[in-house]
Amino acid sequence: MGGKLFRNFSFFSATLSFFLLLGIFAVLFHYAQDAIHTFGIDFLWTDTWEADEDDEGGVFGGLIPIVGTLLSTLIAMLIATPMAMGIAIFLTEIASEKVAKPVSIAIELLAAIPSIIYGMWGLFYFAPIVQKTVGGDGVGLLTAGIVLAIMIIPFMASITRDSMNTTPAVLKESAYAMGATKFEVIKDVIMPYAKGGIIGSIILALGRALGETMAVAFLIGSVMQLPKRITDPTTSIPVLLANNFAEAEGLELSSMYYLALILFVVSFIIISTAKFYFFGRKAKA
Amino acid sequence: MNRLMLNKTILILSTLAAVIGVGFLFWILITLSYKGIMAIHWTTFTHDLVEGGIRNLLVGQFTMAILASVIAVPVGMMAGIYLREYGHGSKLAAVIRNLSDVMMSAPSIVIGVFVFAILVDPFGGYNGFAGIAALAIMMIPIIISTTDNMLGLVPQELREAGIALGGSKHKIILQVVIKAAKVGIMTGILLSFARIIGETAPLLFTSANNQFFTMNLTEQFPSLTVSIYNLATYPDAPSRDLAWAASFILTVIVLIINLFGRFVVRNKK
Repeated sequence: MGGKLFRNFSFFSATLSFFLLLGIFAVLFHYAQDAIHTFGIDFLWTDTWEADEDDEGGVFGGLIPIVGTLLSTLIAMLIATPMAMGIAIFLTEIASEKVAKPVSIAIELLAAIPSIIYGMWGLFYFAPIVQKTVGGDGVGLLTAGIVLAIMIIPFMASITRDSMNTTPAVLKESAYAMGATKFEVIKDVIMPYAKGGIIGSIILALGRALGETMAVAFLIGSVMQLPKRITDPTTSIPVLLANNFAEAEGLELSSMYYLALILFVVSFIIISTAKFYFFGRKAKA
Repeated sequence: MNRLMLNKTILILSTLAAVIGVGFLFWILITLSYKGIMAIHWTTFTHDLVEGGIRNLLVGQFTMAILASVIAVPVGMMAGIYLREYGHGSKLAAVIRNLSDVMMSAPSIVIGVFVFAILVDPFGGYNGFAGIAALAIMMIPIIISTTDNMLGLVPQELREAGIALGGSKHKIILQVVIKAAKVGIMTGILLSFARIIGETAPLLFTSANNQFFTMNLTEQFPSLTVSIYNLATYPDAPSRDLAWAASFILTVIVLIINLFGRFVVRNKK
């Protein structure tokens, strides 16, 4: 009797994540209907975002926040990927255990710091440095991209480290016995062995960077314009939602739901790709 | 470049990456501590936001995070139990496991938008319940994944021993398997609590914020993180100082829970 109840509750809880995902999709899709009907797929490459003064209409296109999201993520990935690889190599192959342990902890603490702290720190400490060295307003694509990189490095580095650590010592030792240098072992033995996990970690970090809100909100400038230079302020989908969603009405609100839907679907695809394709079915029999 | 040189270059660059990574942690922590400690005054903890303190914000943030855990921990654990103990090996469990991992990485702002649509808009305004729901939705997949992984580490022999003693399945799960995985699950719960207590994006338009002390979950609810975001963008110095103080306190809370989860609980075995 109690067993059955327990089992049912357990089953119900498990199916909840399925219904939540479905629910999020359905709700976003429902509220985005107006915008989808009005603008269709052209929404993706329309660079106007203007509400009418008199009624609840206007012309809304997602190009600017979409470009801003993609570019800030691209900058972050270009910086974060080599850095994270370097850190993972350092932790698994270079550092002695005495050094690797505290460094690992420091990297994981870096990952635990809330994103709003990165945003605030970036705004008051990092943006002025960017402004001094490369010009611009301080806030903009570049600053947002760099701080975003700092945020995703720890996450990427720790997954990469874990997959590098799964390389059997025998394989590495055989390569060393053949006279391979450390770098050759890393390149020809460890990297191929850990490839799936490494690419998976990059894709997961990509998903995080695309959806990151608070750090970017402080740093990207929140201006509705296409950036012409790398230091220009612009906006991104999460930032536009964070700053303007609450005040929007009518068609503008519906367009915001449309953007949220796009972000949700894109990150769903990215994460699923990472999961199914690269990590394989991790669930051991 | 010969191969020994190349080897050396890569090793030096990797070490440099690690130094820079750790350097950033210290840079952030030092500037944050400096600004935060300078701005903290005893009234910071005794006054509410409306009088320049963060008392109501701390209480509000903890209230929402704790109530979110009250929902997310049992639901997430039960789901993890299903995946590992009942549905193990089945196609359904594999699908749910993957969907739950997808949920874990869903953008937090989108969860905020979703909760706004179902719990704020229809009820005519921001409320504490919506904030709790948003945080719980963020937390459930993390708890599922931890429980699933930790139960997976429990040796099969323990379950078999339970069966041999004639225990029913749910008794074995509750009294043997969960007990064996207790420490790992506790760690997971603490880490996910540390994660949601620092969340801002899902709260922006669910609980929103409140300058006054309240325990009424049907109205706008005070949030430490949302306040930091608002205060930091005000031009006046006292607001910014308060934002630094609040950021420092938030970071200390998050890091302490994190370290506690990692070491104290893990070593208690």
